[in-house]
Formats: sequence, structure tokens, C-alpha cells
Amino acid sequence: MSLPPFEAVVDEYGTMVMRVCRAVLGADAAAEDAWSETFISALRAYPDLRPDSNVRAWLVTIAHRRAIDQIRARNRAPLPTEHPPERATSDGDHLPVDDDLRAALNALPMKQRHAVAYRYLADLSYADIGLLLDCSEAAARRSAADGIAALRSLDLYETRSNSRRDSAS
Amino acid sequence: MNTEFITTERTLVTALTASLDTDAADIVALRSRLTERAEREDLVDVAYRVVDSPIGPLLVAASSTGLVRVAFESEGHDAVLDRLAGQISPRIMRMPARTDDVARQLDEYFAGRRHEFDLPLDLQLVSGFRRTVISHLPDIAYGSTASYKAVAAMAGNPTAVRAVGSACSHNPVPVVVPCHRVVRSDGSIGNYLGGVDAKAALIALESAA
Repeated sequence: MSLPPFEAVVDEYGTMVMRVCRAVLGADAAAEDAWSETFISALRAYPDLRPDSNVRAWLVTIAHRRAIDQIRARNRAPLPTEHPPERATSDGDHLPVDDDLRAALNALPMKQRHAVAYRYLADLSYADIGLLLDCSEAAARRSAADGIAALRSLDLYETRSNSRRDSAS
Repeated sequence: MNTEFITTERTLVTALTASLDTDAADIVALRSRLTERAEREDLVDVAYRVVDSPIGPLLVAASSTGLVRVAFESEGHDAVLDRLAGQISPRIMRMPARTDDVARQLDEYFAGRRHEFDLPLDLQLVSGFRRTVISHLPDIAYGSTASYKAVAAMAGNPTAVRAVGSACSHNPVPVVVPCHRVVRSDGSIGNYLGGVDAKAALIALESAA
């Protein structure tokens, strides 16, 4: 058994890693940089990856580190540290509630945002998330649950499904 | 557990996922920049692309040394790439500039405008007598053919006719290294990895030009 061609890894996980980077970083430009740095780091290390490894968890671990690099770079830069999420103007399916959801996600404490992203967008186990966030499996589970509860309390998802119906009609 | 909770949580996660999605075009642009940077930083061990041709789509793959593989559609391009990952390296990327030259020369060849390929080759996938045979195949001139027996003689072992047949069927870079110009002594066309029809088409292409 050998590793698949790296191109197939980008095919399979590129979109997921982008969602994770956007969730963790908020700003799209920083997310794109983190995405690129993640796949360059992954490509560099790829031949040494054990073929039976969990590629998804491996990539998210790298994305986590590269996103932290971006946050550190942002904090060093003499710019305002809080950016509203940038809007993808060419996105025909873009709804205002997307901005609200992303703003709510950005407003979560960092650990909850990480836990939500890694559990619900990357489908990592709580054990893996605990390793990433340097906490116990139970604490990772709690952070994800708290984050999701905070987002649910906004009732934004109802608005979204309603506006979807409106925009479809 | 409350099923309503699960439903609404799932709705939320679906909405969250959608809010974080990127335009397909943006992902394509990001991937293309990734590939360029990977090549610049010397992280691409095998570069590939698929080239359309009159004998079907051809997969062309190049190592940092040169063209390492040409594969017919019938071989299964994904299966060939999977094998290359084990044989050479899994650092395989699609479409780097490295494959531009081979694509252009193949286009010229199939248009009848090119009679010889001028490409660096990497024959690491073949060794021994097979490699000797393959390195002699470009000596057979465009538009002509040679018998398996004649090629055995060219390769320095006149009795190794069967081994020449085996070497041709294991040619990792067909079309570019012209194993299609090797035919049976009785004039019949012989076998071809890409199919007998493809071999006949190549011979016809070359005799028409």
C-alpha cells in the first residue's frame, strides 16, 4: 500500500481545508494564505507520511499550525486586528445571513471556534481535537458543544433557510 | 436524545458550511498558484497532464529528469498515477509548466509536423535489456518500420526476439519512443499496449506525412 498522488489529496480535502481556514481566521485573504501554506507544508512532508495515516487529521493539524502563523503575523502587523469577514462578491449564492453566521463564529472564543471547525467542518474526533488544542477529549467536546450552542442561540439558521426559500421563489 | 435538537444542529452546520464555501473559480485559481509555487520550490517529483490525441487521451508524466511515462486511456490513468506514486514518489501534481513542452511536441507530431521528439527522457522505470532495446527504438526512422528480429540485432542480441517484444510492450514512454514502428517479420503489425488500432493509426500517420 502506498500513498495516493498528492493531487488526489488536494482534490479530496482542498475544499474542507479552505472552510476550516476561513472558520478559524475569519478574513478570506488570511485564509487563502493559510490554505496555500498548509498544502505547501503538506507536500513537503508528504513522502514521509505513513500510508495508513489519517490524512484528514494530518492536514487539519497542519492547517491549525499555519492558521496560528497567520494570527501571529496579523498581531504583529500595525493594522486593526478585527476585520469583518470579507465578502465574496462574485458568489451568486451569497446571502446576508452568511455574513451574520461568520461574524458570530468570529465572535466565539478562539478555543470554541477551533473546536467547532475541527469537529463540524473537518469531522475530526474529539480525541484528535484535544491533541490539537492541548486539552482533554472531554474539554474538546465541551468547547465544541458550547460553540454550537452559542451559534444556535442566534436562530440564524432559521433565517437562512427562510431567505433561501425567498431567494428561490 | 432529542431529535429536534439533532435536526436543528444539522441545519446550523449545513448553513455554517455553506457560509464558508469558496467559489469554485477561486479554488481553481488557488490550486494553480499552489502548483506553480510547488514547482518553483522543487516539491513536484512527478508532473502530469492529459493530452488529447487522435488515438485517445494520453497521460504524460515527467520527473525532474525528463519524460518518465506516457499512458494510454486503456491503461487507466488513475491506476498509472497510483503506481507512479509508489514507483517514484507520491509528490505528484497536475499541470505544472514542466509538461508544456511534451504536450506541444505531441500536438505537432499528431499534426504531422514533427518527425522526431526532442525531449529529455527518464527511463528509470525500465532496466537491463529492456532499457537497451528502448534506447535503440528512436534509431528506427519516422515513417519506417523494423522487425522485432532487426531490433534484437540493433540491441546487440540477435536471438532475443521475444525479449524485444516484451521490452516494447513495457515501453514506459510509447509514441515518443516509437515502439509502434516495430512489427513482425512477416509484415503483420504485431501487438501494442495501446491496442492494434492505435498502432496502425500511428503507422498510417507517419506514412502519410
